[in-house]
Amino acid sequence: MALIPGRFVLPLLIGLAGVIPGASAEYGDVVLNRRAEKEGVRPVIFPHWFHRIRFRCKVCHAELGFKMRVGSNDFKMSDIVDGKFCGACHNGDIAWAPDRCDLCHSGKRGLPTGIFGGHETGGPGRW
Amino acid sequence: MQESISRAKFSRALLAIVGLACCVAAGAADWTPLREDGIHDPRSPAVKQKQEPAEALSKLTPDTAGNMVRWVQSLEKGEINPRASIRPDTKIRVYDSDVLLNLQGGMPIVRFPHRQHTLWLDCSNCHDELFKAETGATKFSMLKILEGEQCGQCHGAVSFPLTECFRCHSVARPGRGPKPSLPIPIPAGAVPPK
Repeated sequence: MALIPGRFVLPLLIGLAGVIPGASAEYGDVVLNRRAEKEGVRPVIFPHWFHRIRFRCKVCHAELGFKMRVGSNDFKMSDIVDGKFCGACHNGDIAWAPDRCDLCHSGKRGLPTGIFGGHETGGPGRW
Repeated sequence: MQESISRAKFSRALLAIVGLACCVAAGAADWTPLREDGIHDPRSPAVKQKQEPAEALSKLTPDTAGNMVRWVQSLEKGEINPRASIRPDTKIRVYDSDVLLNLQGGMPIVRFPHRQHTLWLDCSNCHDELFKAETGATKFSMLKILEGEQCGQCHGAVSFPLTECFRCHSVARPGRGPKPSLPIPIPAGAVPPK
């Protein structure tokens, strides 16, 4: 006998989507944890929705050189302090300065780098 | 024996109830508060200081998918006014031309509007690495798109998700469907593939 009868599988799977970490994150939220936790800080949460209200995609993805694929941008805090990547705005002038560690490093420990949130789809597999 | 059967029934019922309850909870609100979103650490001081999605997004033109915001409409209506550059010497390029794609397929034809895309993006974001600039030179694959390649780099991740088939497949094909529209309503300025 199967452990879970067929008629329960679908509601259970759909239900589990609600308890998988990050399934209720806002669409397009990004977790960055290439180095953060190894360095002793929380992972970074980057909310696309917040930033696109204020900046068009092209500002970060053309002017600042952020590649589209999550995890493909290999930079360190020292780059940000030097005004590169996030540091082009997060400099205490346009947005908060890099000394406000906790505002960006606000994610749950143990989360992998990736794009989270999805109202209808789990997101493309290759992200 | 009898006891073990009823216990099995009870655990099945419990599993189903837990599943359905999570399902309802997941679909209950459009925007989840940051402290409950599953990725923010609820103990982080940021959850009290950062803007909540509901506060910002509930004021914009509503949608039924993604961020629940019609981002292009919101931009065109002036509800939001995102900066197009931060460096003074950056050339801001907006290109107004439609391209019809998928001319041989079974789904309605895809109309790709350059204007809406270049309001947000720069030409270099797609050309020539992701798509060749010459119309018809790139072979599109819905499978690749669903795997996060091609259009799927953004659609399904940040821009409207891949559940919204007819937002892209938007131009009726002649002789198809209950009410075929003839001729195909080709938008002004459209460039047909070779």
